[in-house]
Amino acid sequence: MAKRRVVTTTINGRQTEFLCEPRQTLLEVLRDTLDLTGAKEGCANGNCGACTVLMNGRPVDSCLVLGVETEGAVLETIEGVAPVDGLDPIQQAFLENAALQCGICTPGFIMSCKSLLAENSDPTENDIRFYLAGNLCRCTGYDKIVRAVLDAAKKRNAEPAPA
Amino acid sequence: MSTIDRTPAHATNGNGKPYKVIGTRPIRHDGVDKVTGRAKYGADIHLSGLIYGVVLRSPHAHAKIRSIDVSQALALPGVRAVVTHKDLREPGDRIVELGEGAVNLRHLSNNILAADKVLYKGHAVAAVAADSVHIAEQAAGLIKVDYETLPAVIDVEAAMKPSAPLLHADLFTDELGQKAKAPSNVAKHFRFEKGDIAKGFAQAKVVIEREFRTATVHQGYIEPHNATAMWNADGYITVWTSTQGSFTVRQQVAELVNAPISHVKVIPMEIGGGFGGKIRVYLEPVAAILSKRTGKPVKVLMSRADVFEGTGPTPASYIRVKLGVGSDGKITAAETYMAYEAGAYPGSPIGAGAMCIFACYDIPNGRIDGYDVVVNKPQTSAYRAPGATNAAFALETVVDEACEQLKIDPLEFRLKNGVKEGSRRVDGPVFPRIGMMETVEAVKKSEHWNTPLTGKHRGRGVASGFWFNCGLKSSASATVNPDGTVALVEGSTDIGGSRTGIAMQLAETLGIAATDVVPTVGDTDSVGYTDVTGGSRVTFATGYAAYEAARDIQRQMVERAARIWEVDAAKVSYENGGVTGPDGKRFSFKELAEQINKTGEPIVGRGTVDPEGCGGAFATHVVDVEVDPETGKVDIIRYTAAQDVGTAIHPSYVEGQIQGGTVQGIGWGLNEEYFYDAAGTMRNSTFLDYRIPTCYDLPMIDTLVVEVPNPGHPYGVRGVGEVPIVPPPAALANAIYRAVGVRMKQLPMSPPNVLKEILRKGASK
Repeated sequence: MAKRRVVTTTINGRQTEFLCEPRQTLLEVLRDTLDLTGAKEGCANGNCGACTVLMNGRPVDSCLVLGVETEGAVLETIEGVAPVDGLDPIQQAFLENAALQCGICTPGFIMSCKSLLAENSDPTENDIRFYLAGNLCRCTGYDKIVRAVLDAAKKRNAEPAPA
Repeated sequence: MSTIDRTPAHATNGNGKPYKVIGTRPIRHDGVDKVTGRAKYGADIHLSGLIYGVVLRSPHAHAKIRSIDVSQALALPGVRAVVTHKDLREPGDRIVELGEGAVNLRHLSNNILAADKVLYKGHAVAAVAADSVHIAEQAAGLIKVDYETLPAVIDVEAAMKPSAPLLHADLFTDELGQKAKAPSNVAKHFRFEKGDIAKGFAQAKVVIEREFRTATVHQGYIEPHNATAMWNADGYITVWTSTQGSFTVRQQVAELVNAPISHVKVIPMEIGGGFGGKIRVYLEPVAAILSKRTGKPVKVLMSRADVFEGTGPTPASYIRVKLGVGSDGKITAAETYMAYEAGAYPGSPIGAGAMCIFACYDIPNGRIDGYDVVVNKPQTSAYRAPGATNAAFALETVVDEACEQLKIDPLEFRLKNGVKEGSRRVDGPVFPRIGMMETVEAVKKSEHWNTPLTGKHRGRGVASGFWFNCGLKSSASATVNPDGTVALVEGSTDIGGSRTGIAMQLAETLGIAATDVVPTVGDTDSVGYTDVTGGSRVTFATGYAAYEAARDIQRQMVERAARIWEVDAAKVSYENGGVTGPDGKRFSFKELAEQINKTGEPIVGRGTVDPEGCGGAFATHVVDVEVDPETGKVDIIRYTAAQDVGTAIHPSYVEGQIQGGTVQGIGWGLNEEYFYDAAGTMRNSTFLDYRIPTCYDLPMIDTLVVEVPNPGHPYGVRGVGEVPIVPPPAALANAIYRAVGVRMKQLPMSPPNVLKEILRKGASK
C-alpha cells in the first residue's frame, strides 16, 4: 500500500484534514473517509455527474479528482447546500416541482444547478439544458428538472439582495 | 431551442372529483432527505467491521471453466476469503415465482457464480472479500481461471440456426408443448391464434408484411447494483440492498445459500432506479456467503461496466409482422413471428411481447408465434413493459404504412380499429373498461395535433401502446398517533415517490391531510409480504392495501367512539374525517386520536390485498421531428404523450412517470444499443459510449393525463409506470418517414442507421 498523505482542505466552510492514498479519488475520500455520502458513484469515469461537487467554485466530477489534488482547495458538497434552518431555494424548487423520482442523481444536479445560477442568474431553457447535459437522470425525462431550475432562478431573483 | 413556452400548464387537482387529497400535489415525504444528500442508498451503508467484496468476471463470451486457482489471491495480505460456485447451494432445476416472472433456480445460481461454463462476457466466476476494495480488486486479478474458449453466438437469428454453437447441452425446445429431441438454443416456441387468418387476409385490400430488428438495450439506472450482508453466528442473515422487492430478495437469498426464509432479513435501502432490472439478485447471495466465510459484514458494489456486462439488459429481437386491412379501413387479419433474445438463460419477455403486439386493436383473425432464444449475452431482465416496446415498434410501423396506402388518418384508423370494453385479444382475454380510445381522442383534440407542422425535413408520427399492469400481493399497517397523525408502514420499495401516493390514499380514506401520514418502507421483518415494485402495481395494489388499513382504522375508531359515548356502535359512523354518533355527537380524527391511548388499546390498521382488477394501460403518443439528411441525426421538436391513468393520485408523479418512460423510449428509439465485437465483447460499456438521453437532447415532454377510472380499485387507480416506454420508437419511426421518406425497420434509429436508409433511398431513385 502506498504511503498515505495528509491533505488539508475546506469542506462546506470548515477546515478538514484527511489521510488518503495517492490513488484514492475525491469521491472515495468523501464517501468512505469523511462519511459524506451525498455524492453518488454512478459510473466512476466522469460520464454521469452523480458525484458532482464544487471545487473552488467550479463543478467537478469528484470521481475524476484525486484526493491529494484537493490540498488547499475549497470544496462544497450537497451536505453544505442547505442553511441550518431550512433548504436552499434550489432544493425547495426541486421538491415543489417534483424534479426527482429515485433521487440518486439529485445531489449532482443540485450542485451543477448551484454553479449554473452563480454564473447566470437568469438562464433560458436552452442555457439550462446545455449546462446540465453532464448530469444524467434516467427517471424524469428532465422536464421537471428544467422547470425546477427555472423556478429556482425566478425565486432567487425575486428575493431581496442580502443586506 | 426553447420548448417550454408553448407547453400548456399541467392540469392541476380536481377534475370535478369529490377528493380532498387525491389529485393534489403535496411535497413527497422523503423529499428533504433526497435533496440534502441524506437519504441512504445501498452503497451508502457503513457498518462497524465492514469489509469489501469484489467479483471476478469472465473475459470470454463463451468458455468452459477447466479449473480455478485461488491460492495466490488468498495469500495476498488483507484478503479474507475467496468464493466460487462451489460455495453456493446446488438448488436443482426448481422453478420459483419471483413476483414478476418465474426463474429456474439452477440458472439463477449459475448466473450469480458460474458453475462449469461461462455464458457471456461479464459472467461472474469468483468473489473476493478483503479489508479494502483496492486489495479485493488486486486479489481478484490474482485468481487464475483456466478457460477453454468456445465459439459464441450473440444474435437471435444466428442462434436459432441448427449449426449454431449451443449454450446448454440440456436445453430442448418446448415446441408448442412438446419437448424436442435434439438440444437447441430455442428454449420455447408458443402460438396464439384467433379466427381464420387465411380468410382474413383474403378479405384484405392491403396486405403489408415487414421485418424488424431491435438492439439490446439496458435499463440504465444511475445507481449500480449493491449488496451488504452480515451472516451472524446464530445463522441469521441481514441483507442491506437497493432492490425492487425486499421479499423476493429474501426468497432468492434463502434458496441460494440454503437458509430458511425466516433467517434472512432484507432491509431495503433507498433505490437509485430499477425499471425492472433490480428484481433478480446478483450480489446479495455472494455478499452473504462471503460474510459467512469471514464472520464480518461484507459490502459488494458493481462498477458501471459490471452493470452493463453483467446485469439484465432487455432483449434484442427479430420480428416479422403481416397486416391485412380492408377497403373500409378495418383490420381483417394480422400475423407475427417474434424471436426474442433471452440472454444466457431462458426467460426473455417474449410472452408479454406476444400478448401486447396486437393488443391495441380489435383483430378478428390473428396468429402470433413466439420464440425464446438463448444467446451469449447477459440474462435479460424486465425493463418497463418488458417485451412490449420491441413489439409496438414493429406493429405500429406497419399500421402507419397501411394508413398511408389506404389514405386514412392514423388517429381515425385507431378510432376505427382500437380496442374497447369487450374486445378480445388474439391471445384470449377480453378487455374490461379501458381507455385506449380516450387516449386517441385526447391526442386528436390536442393543441399539438391541431398545430400544423411546417419546415423542411420535418415530420409528425403517431403510435399507441399497451401494457397489462398487474395486481399481486401487498401489505400495509398503520398506527394512529395521539397527535392525530398516522404512521404508515408499507412493503413496496419506493423508486419514484410511491410512498407518498400510497400515503395519500390512506389520508383520503381517513379524511386527513397527506402531511399527517408518515410513511415508511418496511423491512421483511416489519411489514407483511409484499411483491415487487414492478408491473406498474405499487400505487394500485399497495395503495389498495393502505386503503384497507384506513378502513380498518375507521372500524376501530367507530368502536372506540361508541365506547366513549356509551352508545351502540351501529349508531356510530365514520364520515368526513371523523366519527359521528347520535344526538350530534362528533369527534374529529384528531380529537379521537388524542383519546385513544387514554381510553383503551392502541389502534393499528391492517391492510393486506391480492387484487385482481388492475386494468390495462394504454398510451398514444405524437412526436414532431426534424431529420438532418446530411448526417441522419434526428432532433425531437415536440412531444406529447396521452395516457389513461385511471385516477391520478399525485399528478406530478404521474406526469413524471409518463415523461421518464417516454424519454427511455426515445433513448431506445434513437441511440441506445449494445455494440459487440466478433468475440462477443460489449465495446461500449460506459455511459459515454452507451449514450442515454441527456437534457440537451430533448424538449419538454407534454403529457395528456386521461382519467378513465379503473373499476377494480376503490379510487380508480391504474398503473402508470410502464406503458409510456412502449410507443416512442414507433412514433419516432413514423415521424422520420414523414420527414425524409424512409421507413426505419431497425433500432436504434441512430444517425448512421438513418443515414444509411436515406442514402439507399437516394441511390434507388
